[in-house]
Parts: sequence; structure tokens; C-alpha cells
Amino acid sequence: MTRLPSGGRIDRNEALTFTLDGVQYTGFRGDTLASAMVAEDALVVAPSIYRGRPRGILTADVTEPNALVQVGEVLPATVVELVDGLKARTLSGIGRLELESDGATYDKKFVHVDVLIVGAGPAGLAAALAASAGGARVLLVDDQPEPGGDLLADTQPLDGGPAAEWAAAVHAQLADRPEVRLLSRSSVFGYYDQNYLLVLERRTDHLATTETNGISRQRVWHVRARRVVLATGARERPLVFENNDRPGIMLASAVRTYLNRYAAVPGQRAVVATTDDSAYQVALDLLAAGITVEAVIDSRSQPPADLMAQVSAAGVEVVPGSVVCGTTGSSETHRLAAVQVCEFAEDGNDGRSGSGDSGFGERSFEADLLAVCGGWSPDVHLFSQSRGSLRWDDAAAGFLPAAAVQAVRCAGSANGVTDLAGCLADGAAAGIEAAALVGRPVAESVVALPEPGRRRPDGARVAPRPVWLTPSRNGLPNDWTEHFVDLHRDATVADVWRATEAGMRSMEHIKRYTTIGTGHDQGATSGVNAAGVVAVALGHGSTSSPGDLGTTTFRAPSIPVSFAALAGRDVGRLHDSARVTPIHPWHVAAGALFEDVGHWKRPWYFPQPGEDLKTAVLRECRAARTGVAVMDATTLGKIEIVGSDAGEFLNRIYTNAFAGLAVGSARYGLMCTADGMVLDDGVTMRLAPDRFYLSTTTGGAAKILDWLEEWHQTEWPQLDVAFTSVTEQWATIAVVGPRSREVIARLAPAIDVTNEAFGFMTFRETELAGAVEGVPARIARISFSGELAYEINVASWYGLAVWEAVMAAGADFGITPYGTETMHVLRAEKGFPIVGQDTDGTVTPYDLGMAWIVSKKKDFVGKRSLRRPDSVRPDRKHLVGLLPIDPTELLPEGAQLVAEGTDLDSLTGQLPVPMVGHVTSSYHSAALERTFALALIKGGRDRMGEIVLAPLGDRIIAATITSPVFYDQEGARRDG
Amino acid sequence: MTEFDSGPGQTGQQHPDWLWRTPDPKRSYDVIVVGAGGHGLATAYYLAKNHGITNVAVLERGWLAGGNMARNTTIIRSNYLWDESAAIYEHALKLWEGLPAELDYDFLFSQRGVMNLAHTLQDVRDSMRRVHANRLNGVDSEWLTPEEVQKACPILNISPDVRYPVLGATWQPRAGIAKHDHVAWAFARRADELGVDLIQGCEVTGFLRDGDKVVGVETTRGSIRAGSVALAAAGHSSVLAETLGLPLPVQSHPLQALVSELLEPIHPTVVMSNHVHVYVSQAHKGELVMGAGVDSYNSYGQRGSVHVIEQQMAAAVELFPLFARAHVLRTWAGIVDVSPDASPIIGRTPFENLYINCGWGTGGFKATPAVGWVLAHTIATGEPHPLNAPFGLERFTTGALIDEHGAAAVAH
Amino acid sequence: MLLISCPWCGEREEPEFGYGGQAHVAYPADPEALDDEQWAQYLFFRANPKGPFAERWVHSSGCRRWFNAVRDTVTNEFVSIYRPGELP
Repeated sequence: MTRLPSGGRIDRNEALTFTLDGVQYTGFRGDTLASAMVAEDALVVAPSIYRGRPRGILTADVTEPNALVQVGEVLPATVVELVDGLKARTLSGIGRLELESDGATYDKKFVHVDVLIVGAGPAGLAAALAASAGGARVLLVDDQPEPGGDLLADTQPLDGGPAAEWAAAVHAQLADRPEVRLLSRSSVFGYYDQNYLLVLERRTDHLATTETNGISRQRVWHVRARRVVLATGARERPLVFENNDRPGIMLASAVRTYLNRYAAVPGQRAVVATTDDSAYQVALDLLAAGITVEAVIDSRSQPPADLMAQVSAAGVEVVPGSVVCGTTGSSETHRLAAVQVCEFAEDGNDGRSGSGDSGFGERSFEADLLAVCGGWSPDVHLFSQSRGSLRWDDAAAGFLPAAAVQAVRCAGSANGVTDLAGCLADGAAAGIEAAALVGRPVAESVVALPEPGRRRPDGARVAPRPVWLTPSRNGLPNDWTEHFVDLHRDATVADVWRATEAGMRSMEHIKRYTTIGTGHDQGATSGVNAAGVVAVALGHGSTSSPGDLGTTTFRAPSIPVSFAALAGRDVGRLHDSARVTPIHPWHVAAGALFEDVGHWKRPWYFPQPGEDLKTAVLRECRAARTGVAVMDATTLGKIEIVGSDAGEFLNRIYTNAFAGLAVGSARYGLMCTADGMVLDDGVTMRLAPDRFYLSTTTGGAAKILDWLEEWHQTEWPQLDVAFTSVTEQWATIAVVGPRSREVIARLAPAIDVTNEAFGFMTFRETELAGAVEGVPARIARISFSGELAYEINVASWYGLAVWEAVMAAGADFGITPYGTETMHVLRAEKGFPIVGQDTDGTVTPYDLGMAWIVSKKKDFVGKRSLRRPDSVRPDRKHLVGLLPIDPTELLPEGAQLVAEGTDLDSLTGQLPVPMVGHVTSSYHSAALERTFALALIKGGRDRMGEIVLAPLGDRIIAATITSPVFYDQEGARRDG
Repeated sequence: MTEFDSGPGQTGQQHPDWLWRTPDPKRSYDVIVVGAGGHGLATAYYLAKNHGITNVAVLERGWLAGGNMARNTTIIRSNYLWDESAAIYEHALKLWEGLPAELDYDFLFSQRGVMNLAHTLQDVRDSMRRVHANRLNGVDSEWLTPEEVQKACPILNISPDVRYPVLGATWQPRAGIAKHDHVAWAFARRADELGVDLIQGCEVTGFLRDGDKVVGVETTRGSIRAGSVALAAAGHSSVLAETLGLPLPVQSHPLQALVSELLEPIHPTVVMSNHVHVYVSQAHKGELVMGAGVDSYNSYGQRGSVHVIEQQMAAAVELFPLFARAHVLRTWAGIVDVSPDASPIIGRTPFENLYINCGWGTGGFKATPAVGWVLAHTIATGEPHPLNAPFGLERFTTGALIDEHGAAAVAH
Repeated sequence: MLLISCPWCGEREEPEFGYGGQAHVAYPADPEALDDEQWAQYLFFRANPKGPFAERWVHSSGCRRWFNAVRDTVTNEFVSIYRPGELP
């Protein structure tokens, strides 16, 4: 039984059973997994990662390097709150991903606050009290289930009562302030530019599964704070000595936490080894709990008189000017059995002393617990992330925050303050300062601070004396393979020596060579010690300190954060919202298969029972060429361009002219990048002298709107023109085929649909009849297939009804819905390129054979680029047609082409094979009754009739270069 | 191969007992290479090895290989679309295959294959185009169906019900990863051994000029004369070139990456998805190594914006549901110098004896040995090697870009 | 994540904005008068300083307006933000 009979902040009325490595144990509500392990005398965890050495729990917090457990994920046992039925497996440094499906949800919150305070220890609570007293909006974030920080493990009274009660009272007081929000079980893990901080809130892992329904498991808070107070405390460092890794060797502060906060006893016979005053209280607390303390080993030759007197009075020997230089363990339990002690010479940190034999390690104490204090490192992780600079302070023997860059200050022990009263005062001062800076000032007198139950006499404190590496009787440091610097990485003093002896001088190189600091704790327990060892290794002598090596920059996250928490809700259906047209439900009902185009789901083809892509598309194409077919073209980008200079503006953007376009007419246009490469295309209608309706490719809509805005606003703001996206406002239905005129006549009886009255590339505004009677529509004669065709544009909320009306109107003609694949085939038969498929950002209008659309008279974006040397090369790739010699062979899209006569046997030898181009589009054609393709081929227009080969590995397809217009070359079909 | 003995630490990777000297700079050198990243170190190595030029200094303002060489996601592949790109990256890959033996350093080069996922029909077309081009260029390249994708990487979600289903992937079996730091150390060790001075903590601040001829550099440790000077300092090269009034068409952007905790082997290959912006491999030690898209804005700050990481995590969990409870342990950013056509600039400059190597964007690590090879050649002979001839500065004037941005290209 | 003060909308988060690279690079008045080298300078060559940089942003998910900013490319701090036609 290693649970104290009373005390601790556990609920003894609620016993919880858990399984560790297959063995069942019991703990209490309020335990962490680690504290329950300690209480069950199960602090030995899985062996170390590479050396297989026995290891035990070292810390009581998130920096734990040894006690990693698998609990559905990899976590330190020190942060896992005990719940009934918990199953955990200890890990040798390497975890496993085992949840096929996470099953949980994750949320995000976005908040703005006046003051964000990180840490609800004494400094953080004092800061929160002060900062919020004037009404400032304050967010106080703490990683524990209850506020108090170190006060939860403090046996000394505060404000006349238990310290934890003061913390709870302050918390309650803060909770009553409407502008204060308290987040417990929450960790600030990232500090970004302009005071942007990220908080991970853990919401359900501590609950029974029945209580978690409907609650997201974790929430990432995105906080923009006007001021930040970092009251993140300080981290105790281990000590580097021979065999410093045995189970039973624990940070002194962790011993105190297990003992006082959890009433869990980590050992029965203790030695305390320290370099600082703080560990004396641990010795006293151990004694108070009835645990034998064999000795306090203090590196300082003059230990603090007041504290020494107190422990001596309890009969504990204080061994001054000494260090632990080795340990032995029990072969049975692997736990610590005895501690060897030697003197620590004046020049002890020079890495050479103490390697002789005389009197070394003569003193030995039996112990199953060694509480170590290698000094304190203010937790400056977040401060460093904020780009604040650090400085080494010899007196504090730690890196302290120096200059802040953002609106932040540290408070309490994070700021190098070492006593409770000082932390409270510093916290309050930080809070008052923050309140003033956010315009909610607070008078100092308003903030009442509690009186610590015990103050040491002035001047009693003795400065820490850090020990970077403890001497050994065994040789020189290059042999010290059992002085562990980084426990998670199993890296030792010998490893550091090898690095420096290999010529490495930079801490960064040594870290990479030894992998120190790259483990699960990211060097939280090893970083400063490693720098101390390196300083010694690099010969900085007996005054060696981590400060000799400069400072490290910390990077987010300061604690591990799950992928799922960062992903939040942007997974599954919400990963990237899909856009669908108003006609989408009809397509789904009709059994369409869909294709992702940009954000849109577009019908790809509409297979009938038993049809595959090829047969469905042949049928759809036949309908469009011989009867009537219909396509949902709603996804095309649509932009209204309004203003007296709209025509002039379009003249500058498009390669062809638009200023002279007649109202009621439409024109196909091509636009280029400034580099002269084809950017987008589409048809633009002139609705009025000052109003155009421009269409873009489906994927290009947002980009083109940005493009137009950019040129207007940044280059030609004097032009009177404005742009509005109307993609979502209009549904567009393409009615295609020889019988489309009859369908339109039925739907829109008010317009004369004869070719003479309603010519190609014109449009009419009308009202529809029949089932959609009165629906205003804009009907244009536009064809992307070469057939007689119309595009019906209606307000999007009429889209589905009008589609259904079109289907009904064409039913007796066998009207056939078709998707993108058929659209691609029909346009390819006519040689119409698709931007992004037949172009790739390296193709000019001339390359497409579209010289006819490039104005010689006016400037347009990209024009100048078209006469650069490379733009006028005769061997540029041209868009041409290809007819496979075997009319049943389908060239694969993407196939590369080589000239006839190319030695293709060389595929196994002479490489590379010179290529002349590639297939951009390739289809079976119902109209041509054969296969055909489009291709970009070097000098293609000058090679008509030549044969090119597509070597496909297992076969070669030969094809003849042709015009890209395969069907209806004279253009007779568009008028019906 | 030498049997390295790293002592009982055995921290997963072994290193030689001796790496390099820490010399003081001499007054003059035949060649000064600015920047001791992978490119600079490889250049120095090949100057010495291929051309017998050993009176060389590599000047580094910080610590050797501490810039992008320390910050990339270690992917090596050569399956680029355009002939010019495929040629130089494939030359690199062939060199990679011999380097562990040649440099006598096991830098964990692992040819575990790289997969580029296709999520849309246009992705498929572009991928097929690249596969066919790669094969004719002598680059191993295959197309995998979704089922083959899952066979090669069982943890990938190939369900048709996800937002952007996996429609297939290109696959380069010879591609893979290597341990970036150790690659740099391998080059550094051999360069040092051949007499090259590797000088760290020595920042180049300007040039010594004789008219339009560069005859040395000004540094924080004094001026040093040189027969030739080569800039291999990524975006910082453009800052230095600016002091000569020589503008370079590159823009520096953060590119973020991250690692998870150590995990038992689960991910046997390298998966990249341009469409959803994520790429991931599992390093030898066990951590997942991931990268995202480039941050939009110019920066030298070596940190990016967190929403880029969040988007990357969402994409990662979509593709690999098993990753949900992996943890991000550390994030960081490199500073990539991006050129207008996403292809590098390697060659001569308008200044005599000044050579430039920059604009590698996200492709720098994988090209490391080839850069060293061709830049050393260019410096030693005064003429570009056939492999870097297409990558000269003049292409921006003629318009002969090598546009790896384009639809068919893949970043990183 | 940058906090960007749109001159029309006020402070907004970075994902609302698009980036436009170097500011004050005007489209040449007469592109046809430029030789290939001059045209290439306009097309491709932009400053890439380490330090203050005059650049363009567009509030894409807000007012859709373009504006200019001087930002330090090392610290990411905005030195000034100003509308087109204004001075820093």
C-alpha cells in the first residue's frame, strides 16, 4: 500500500479500476494514470527505446520522457486522467496508430480577448484577478482539471488556509465576473504573429463514455489577444550522473506532487539530491508523510542554513558540496536500490575532475527513491514562440525571458521569480499592467494578495549551483555511456563527446548528431542539461553554462496535438464543401455518375442499365447529333460586368474585341496571362450598352473574377466598370441537336426561333410557357458542339423546374441528358479546345490555331509576350487532330508522341527518346464511327498527314496528323 | 562501407568519428561558394572531385546545412514532366544511388517509392501524360489503379465516398527519402577531406568587384578574394545579388512542415497529393514527416501561418483516417525561393566569374547532387553543363520557360 | 496567421485575403515600345528584400478590394497599410 491514509485531492469514495500492461489496478477519481501507478507501486514502465534499460516515471507533468502509454493514442501517463476501465500499455518510446476510425468529433472556436493569461498557478490567478478587475475581457487557460498549479501540491497554508482552497476561491471569484472565461484541461500550444494563440481544450477523455454524447472530444481555440500574460511556471531539471535513469529516480517536484496532491508514495526510503533550495521542502514533505529520508545531497558547499536546520532537526543528514555519482538497482524489481555520493569539486563542471579513484563514491545510501533537482528552467516555450528573446542568467541558472517582441509579458516563476509571495506579486503586477494597456485600468489597491503561511528570512536563499555532468570513477566523459542526457532518446554524455570530437561545434549539429531533444518531450527535460554538457564538452571550462551556446528558438506546438484536433470539422462531408447545381437532385435520381470539376459535382455521364462509359457516351453523342440532348451547364462561371467602360475593359482583357459587340449579341473570347499564355475562355453577351454577361470555365470562375478585379483596381481604376459574380444566380441549360429548335419553340412560344429571326450568337429575353409559364429566361444561340443549340438561362431557383420542362418538351424526340464526357467528345469533334485540358499554361492562342481571335489593332493583356523569341519559334507545339491508323484503337489521353521512324527499340537502351508532343483529348466518336484525338505537336500545323507514334510500353499506336476539326468542317450544322 | 560505431547510444543512426575541420578563412581562394547548404557542399565536393579544384571555401553565415537543408521533408524523386527537368532530376537520382558508397556514409537513402495521387479526371490525364513522358525520358514511372495504390500503401483511404476520391496515382519505384542532415554531412566530410574549407559563422555581406568582374566577397570575417564566386544561398542569394544591382526573378516564401511522434512502421512509401496539398512519409526513426503548400506571402521569417497546417491536417486525416490520433510534435518552416516558372536558375550571370544557383522552390533537396555536379562544371569550365543550359537566367527574356507550375506538374 | 487591417473593412484574419506580390509595378504604358529584356523585367522580376517590402493584398473574402502594405518580411509586422493611389 503506497497510498497515504489521508490527504491528496483524490476522491476516495470513487474507486476506479484500470489495466496497465494487462494487470488490473485501482485508483481514485482525481488521479492521473501516473499517480495511480505510483500509488500501486507500478512506476516501472516499458524499457527504454534503444538500450532496453529499465525506466520509471520521472515527472508528474506533460514533459514526461519515460512513461509513455498507449491509450488509443500515445500520451504520457502523467497527463491521462484516470477513468474507470482505462486500458493502457506502456511504450518503449514508440507508439502505434490503432484506431481505424477516430469516431470522435473535434471543434474550433475563434475568440478575441483583451487579456489571455496562460497558467492558473499563483501568478496566473493573481494576474487574472488584477487584469479583470477593471472589466477587461480575460481568458484564463490552465491545463489541469482544477486551478492552482503548484499550490495543489503545496502543504503550506496560504491566506490562512490550504493553498488549494485559496485557488478555488479565486477561481470562483473570477467565474462571477461576466467578462472572464476560464478554460481548464486546456493547453496553449502555439503562439503566432500578431498575438494569435492556439489552445487545445480536452473535453471528454476524463468523462465516462455515457457522459460524452454530443460533446466534441477536443476543441482548438483560436485566440486573438490584445495582451498576453504567460504564467507558465518553471520546469525542474533532472541531473546527469551515472545510471541516472533507474526507476525510482524522480524529479523532486514530481515526488512532492505525487505525495501531496495524490497522496501517492513513490518510495519508502528516499534520498534527495539538489542544486537548489526548493528540494528541501520535498524532504520535509516526505518526512511529514512518514517516509524515511536518508540524506539530502546538496551541490553547494554552503547549503541554506534555515532549511538545513529544519531537515537536520528531523534527523536527516545534509551532505554539502556533493553530488550523486552513481546508483545501483535491484535486479529483481529494476528499481533503485542504493545511491552513491561523492564530493563535487570547485571546478566540478570542467568535465575532468573526479575521474580518479581516491575516495570516489565511498558514501552510499540505500534508497528506493531519489528525488533530484537539477535546477529550474522557467517555461519560456511560448515566450520564445512569440519571438521573445531569452538570456542565460547565472544567478538563476536558467534561461529567462529577455525582450518581448509582441504584446506579452511573463509572470511568476516563468519570469524567474522563485518564491510564492514574489510570484503572486509579479502576477498581480502583470495583470495590472495588462489591464491598463487594454484601457481597463485597475488601481493597485484593488488587488488583495494573500499572505503565504511561511516566509523565509531575508537573505536566506542560497543561489543554485548547477551540475552539468557529474564525475564518474569510470574513465573520461567520452566513455560515459550511462550518464543519460536525454532519456527518451537514450542519448548519453558519451554521445555528446563523440559529436564534439567529430568536429561539431554548433549545438544544432550536436542535437542532430545525437538526436537529443527530438523525442516525445521535444527536449523539455533534456534541453538545458544537454546545452550544459555540450558547453563542458566544447571546453568552456569550470564556468561552463548553457548560456555559452546561445539560445534555442522554440516552435509550436509546445505540447503534442492530435492531427484530428487540428483538422477540426474540416473532414468528411465538410472537408471542402461540394457545390451542386439546382438540377443536381434530378441528375442523382437519373443515375448520373459525377465528376469533380473545381468545387463542383458535375454529371459525367448518365448510364442506362448495362451501359459503361463508352456505350453511354456514344448514345448521348448520337442523340445530340441526330435528335436533341440536354446538359446542365450551370457550373460555368458567370460574371456581370457593368459600367460605361465595360466594353473598353473587355477589349483590354480579351485577345479579341468586345467594345463593338452589338446589344443582343454574344461573342466567344479568349484571355491570356501577361505571359501570353491562354488563361480562360467563354462566351460573353452584351445585355445593354453598359452591361455584359461573361462566362468562364467551371473551374476558372473565382480566379477570373479576381483577375478582372485586379486589372481594374490596380491598373485601370479610371475605367468605369464593376464586376459581380452571378454564377449562383443563374441556372443554365444547354439544349443541343437538330431538334433543339422545336423544343425551344415549345418552351418559349413568344420568340420567333427561325434562323433568320434568331441567329447564331444572339440571345433573346423572354418568358417561358407551359409548366414553367412566366419564368423569365435569357435564351442564347450558342453552340459548343457545332450543332444547332440553345442555352436557356433562368434564375437558379427555377433551374430544376425548367430542366424538367425541357425534358417534357423534348420527350417525344427522345431528348437525352448528357454529361461532361459527351460535351467533351462533341466539342473535340469540332476541334474546340478545353482550357486546362488541351492547354496547360504553356500554350498561346497561336498554338491553338486561333490567330483569328488575336487582335492586331488593340493592346490586350499578354499581347507583348506573343512576339518574344520563344513565342514565335516555328517548332512550338500546335493543337492538331490525330486519327489512329487503326480506327478502333483509342489513344490514351496523356500518351506521348514520337516521330515516325524513331528508334523505339532504344527504349531499353538509348534514352531519352525525343518526343514531339502528347495527346490531350481522345475519344470514340459516334459521328465519325471511329476513334480520334487532339494533340499538341511540335510544328504540328506544318506536319499534316505525317504519322506519329504513341509508344505505350506494351504496344505502339500510329496515328495521322490532321486538322483538329473532324466533323462538319464547313459549319453547316449550327443553324439546324 | 565503413562500419560506424556510435557507441552504446545507438540512437537509431550511426555517424563517423570525424566530420570536418573548423578552419579560419584564408585571404583568397580559387572558388568561393556562398552558402553551406546541400547545394553549396555538393558543389564544393564536385569541384574538388570532378575538376581537381580544391582551393575552395564554402562560406556559411550560420551553421552548416542549417537552412532549407535542415528543413525539408527529404523526398527524392525524378518524375518531373518536362524533358529538361526530368533530365537534371534523373541525373540527381542516379547520383543518389551511388552516393552512400561513394561518400562512404549511410545517410538512410531509402528507395521506397513515391506516389503522386490523382483525384480528378484531369489529374488522371495529367498523371498519364507525366508517366508516358517519364518513361521515354528514362525515368521509372508507373500508373497505379486505386486498388494498386492501396496495395502499395494499405493505410490510404481509397473509398469512392470521400470528398476527392483517389482515382489512381503515378508511382516511381526508385524514388524515396534520405536523411537530409546526414546527406549534407556526407558531402561536407568528403569536401573537407579533399581540402575544401568549410567556414561557418561567416556571413557574406557584399562583393569585391573589378568593373563587371567579381573578384571576391566581403564577409563578417573580412574580405576574401576569389577567382570565382557561386551563390547557393536560396532566397538570400537575391538579397546579395541586389547589392550588385542584379535582380533575380525569385520570391521567398515560407514552406511549412511537421513531424509526429515516433510510431511503429505503418507507412511504407511516400504519398503526395497536390490536389489536397499534403505529402507524407515515415522516417526511419518512426516519425511521420509531412509538408504542406507554400504560404502565400513573401517572408524570410522561417515560420508560416497556422491555417496552412490545419488544412494540411484535414487533408491528411481524409486520406489516412488512421492518422487522426497521431500527434504533431514539431512544426517549422523553410524559406523557399520560387521562380516564375517553378524551375531553378543555374548558370552564369551578367557579372564575370559570378555564378548563380537559386529558384529551386520546393525541389532543392532532391536535386542536391545534380546541382553540385552541374554548378561545379559551370564554374570550372565557365560554360553551363548541358543539363543546366536550359535553366539560365536568359530564359525569362526569351520566354523559353520550363513551366513546372502547369497543370501537369507536381510541386515538391 | 497574419492579422491584416483592410483599409476599408478593418482588421481581418489572413485567410480572407489574397496576396499580390510587390506593389507599385505598373503595367507599362506602351508594352510594344519595350524590348524583350524590358518586357521580361515587367513580367518576372520582383524585389525580394529581407526587411520592409511594399506589397499588394486583396480582401478576397471581404470587400474584394486591393490595397498596398509595407510589411517586414523578417518579422511579418505591418509597417503601414494604404489604399491604391495613397502613399505608405
